Amino acid sequence: MGNFHALENPSEFRVSSFEFRVYDDRMSGLLEVCGLTVELPTASGWVRPVNEVSLRIAAGESLGLVGESGSGKTMLSLALMGLLPPGTRVSGEASLATEASMKQLTALSEREWRNVRGGEIAMVFQEPMTSLNPVMRIGAQIEETIRAHQPKLSAKEVKRKAVDSLRRAAVPEPEVRAEQFPHQLSGGLRQRAMIAMALAAGPRLLIADEPTTALDVTVQKQILDLLDGLRRELQLGLLFITHDLGVVAQVAERVAVMYAGRIIEEGPVRNVLERPLHPYTQGLLRASPTLKRGMLTPIPGAVPQLTALPPGCAFEPRCELRRDECTLAVPAFRIIGSDHAARCILV
Amino acid sequence: METLLTVRELRKTYRRGGGVFSQGTKGARFTAVDGVSFSVSRGETFAVVGESGCGKTTLARMLLRLIEPDGGEIRFEGRDLLTLRGEELRSQRRQMQMVFQDPFASLNPRMRVGEIVAEPLTIHEPGLSATERLARTTTILGRVGLDKDAMPRYPHEFSGGQRQRIGIARALILQPKLIVADEPVSALDVSVGAQVLLLLQELQREFALTYVFISHSLPVVAQVATHIAVMRAGQFLEVGRAEQVLHQPKNNYTRELLAAVPELPRV
Repeated sequence: MGNFHALENPSEFRVSSFEFRVYDDRMSGLLEVCGLTVELPTASGWVRPVNEVSLRIAAGESLGLVGESGSGKTMLSLALMGLLPPGTRVSGEASLATEASMKQLTALSEREWRNVRGGEIAMVFQEPMTSLNPVMRIGAQIEETIRAHQPKLSAKEVKRKAVDSLRRAAVPEPEVRAEQFPHQLSGGLRQRAMIAMALAAGPRLLIADEPTTALDVTVQKQILDLLDGLRRELQLGLLFITHDLGVVAQVAERVAVMYAGRIIEEGPVRNVLERPLHPYTQGLLRASPTLKRGMLTPIPGAVPQLTALPPGCAFEPRCELRRDECTLAVPAFRIIGSDHAARCILV
Repeated sequence: METLLTVRELRKTYRRGGGVFSQGTKGARFTAVDGVSFSVSRGETFAVVGESGCGKTTLARMLLRLIEPDGGEIRFEGRDLLTLRGEELRSQRRQMQMVFQDPFASLNPRMRVGEIVAEPLTIHEPGLSATERLARTTTILGRVGLDKDAMPRYPHEFSGGQRQRIGIARALILQPKLIVADEPVSALDVSVGAQVLLLLQELQREFALTYVFISHSLPVVAQVATHIAVMRAGQFLEVGRAEQVLHQPKNNYTRELLAAVPELPRV
């Protein structure tokens, strides 16, 4: 197992992202992110929507990334897709295992990104209606993706692949649906078409950013089941981004919780949801409505602005367990058991 | 308990198609709300749960006559709302206010928060002096957890949760008896949504409010409802006390909805 020097000297707080390595090195890492930082220029200086984030996803593994709005979860996914807005600064490492080699994502040129995006890493967004072209048939949109990555295929072959990918996403009557326009499909079918498109060029990593938030619960369940099946069948690495802890409990094997740009807790899904270590994760669980009445306790206050982060732990101003030393420095990861860690001095 | 609101056989149909792009389908009718009946007693929270397109928002808006029903009856404190006109309707409306889903779209971006919250007063109590109006506005803002210095600021300067508080203050300033809340927390983050749900419950106790609470989320409804109606395709499939609908559902669709809720492991 990894090198946990955070444990050796628990009273020492350091700002570091390299101390937390709880992964078994025998597991084949598909995506390895180490100390990734994204900086955006604002009127009041540079802010870090993604701050020293480290994570790892193996082939066939699903990682749930949980955070509220402004936590940086979407910015992290855009960084992994090479879709950051111009003017951003990126540091740290993010590498992806491809057939030939490990690709350093932070060092790719736009030309190289064109092969990686869609071909190696694909993304499914929250609102399928705004990500699909409304005046283009579903099949043609999928064919476009396939042609971009396999330009030598014949037109007939491309068409067959497009219909196959719709079938794989459990779209009923794929040949008929391929000829239809997005507005002719229900919300659930549109999201299936988006998944078909994302997987058409055979990526190894799928990033799903709140893919079921706009859907009804009964449809949400079908889409979650579909993603789970595809992950197992295709040995996809899945990064599932959501604000909903209930959804995470269903789709993820491991969970990373993000707050104000940093991952503040990570571990196996059952450990994190049943024995949360960080006061923020505990608060989030107590604030999530369940079918049981009267158990709701909100977290006081609001998420801090990135332009005015507290000097120490970003959650400290809202934390009921705060101590004086919480304001001194950003807490390092502390590890419980073999694979559950949180950035909190109380752990 | 005394009945505040009674709804009988409420109905609304829309003409589907007939737009520029439709070809000869003009006149096909679509029933959004199909003969819904229920009654709500004072101090209760009557929740309407359903998936998108089930007609719950049309129903909510008809209760305040923001949408005119095609048929049926709405009685508020025994008065037939649908026959009211002009001044009578306006004075009735101050008893019934709405809280909307999207705190970004439902506040005028060019008005200051003080003006937004005080606007119902300027309409319904024009005789009020500026000092009295200011005092009422400050009080209600304080009650929903906002400072007096929020008043000269604009909605964009506030977070989603704060904006929802502004919307609640605007709904409460006339001291209504009934609040119709249409998905009041579904645009908010989990921790903030919980704050707003608890605030709504506190305000209900303090001001003896009655709620009609529209939501797509059974877990959210489970926190606040005394009664739940499950709606699908314009009709109520099941209506009953909250505990009964949540824990001993009679209808298959209710069971299906409950089974689809992604539940957290019990801690």
